[in-house]
Amino acid sequence: MTVKGKMARGGGARARKVEGGARKSLGSESQDWPQAVYGALRNADVRHMSFVPDAGHSKLIELFTADPDVTSNVLTTEEEGIAIAAGAWLGGMRSVLLMQSSGVGNCINMLSLATISRFPLLMLVTMRGEWAEFNPWQVPMGRATEPALTAIGVRTLRAETAQDLLDMVGSAATMAYEADQQVAVLISQRMLGRKKW
Amino acid sequence: MVTTVNDLLGLSSGLDRREAVAALLHDRGDLLVVTGLGSPGYDVHAAGDHDANYYLWGAMGAAALMGLGLAQARPDRNVLVITGDGEQLMGLGGLATIAIAKPKNLSIIVIDNGHFGETGMQRSHTGLGLDIAKVSQACGVEARVLRSPGDIEAVRIALRRKSKGPRLYVVKVKAENVPRSLPPRDAVHLKNRFRAQLGLPIT
Repeated sequence: MTVKGKMARGGGARARKVEGGARKSLGSESQDWPQAVYGALRNADVRHMSFVPDAGHSKLIELFTADPDVTSNVLTTEEEGIAIAAGAWLGGMRSVLLMQSSGVGNCINMLSLATISRFPLLMLVTMRGEWAEFNPWQVPMGRATEPALTAIGVRTLRAETAQDLLDMVGSAATMAYEADQQVAVLISQRMLGRKKW
Repeated sequence: MVTTVNDLLGLSSGLDRREAVAALLHDRGDLLVVTGLGSPGYDVHAAGDHDANYYLWGAMGAAALMGLGLAQARPDRNVLVITGDGEQLMGLGGLATIAIAKPKNLSIIVIDNGHFGETGMQRSHTGLGLDIAKVSQACGVEARVLRSPGDIEAVRIALRRKSKGPRLYVVKVKAENVPRSLPPRDAVHLKNRFRAQLGLPIT
């Protein structure tokens, strides 16, 4: 029953309570957000994840890929994850997609698959190019991320704090998987912190 | 023997696409099918519409990857993607992703006429020499080129079985525009009927 691979594993287990998921609030320790978000998604029965890595997502990626009940896919480019998530939903599985803001630009036409089919879509997007950014090449797509998503019909929620993020992920999971919406939660660069060069 | 313009352009060799697709889907059993946009979707529709068919009408490059997600969600079923050379070329990186994911229940059929048939029969990369089977093999997805009805029949049987990993078959077909057989274009309808035949709830 399982798809075996270095990272591709599928299990039959339904959502189990995961550490962090039951927490209703986060303290000042905003570094805890990956564990809390992972717990919230697992408790929403998300058992499938695709990603193009970003430093801001590294802990969340570790948590998902280490989970034997989650099938994880590393992508060559972000739009692949839109199609994979649609296929997973056709087969009855809830999927989440992790990427950096630059990757949103790669997704635009592929997002028509999610919007015209009303496939549930939950994207967690770490922002670049907007706060203490060292690399000017990140700025144009950082500026275009939210307008581009809005233009193609994806709802955006913007998290400025770890508590925002946890609340928004819970809300977005309900809207995506229960109401067939396409939702991107944008994680602000200020919250993620200054990248060390 | 009369030499036609098509012969000169190299458009005449290869299998009949409708016959090849109909043969692959003959007695399809519980195969789950995803098609790429354009002619491969018409070929699958012409072979007989089915609730377990999901036809893409856009999102070029999505077909094989949608197949991957479906195969991962339903490891108990065999998933067949039927797409064209142009559609697969737009998703070449996806072959790398599929190779690493290693689904045992995913097969990809690339109907290869060497041309972009929907847009005026411009030559595609495969028509200009690129070998998708070799690209696929280099990524780690087992691949073969099918050129005869005998090849098709052997693969038809193989598609019903699990394999060690993902498989890709390039079906060399004539470059011709056959009469269109249009699948439904309402994507929500297609989604809902597909999920219903799997016994999944409809929102």
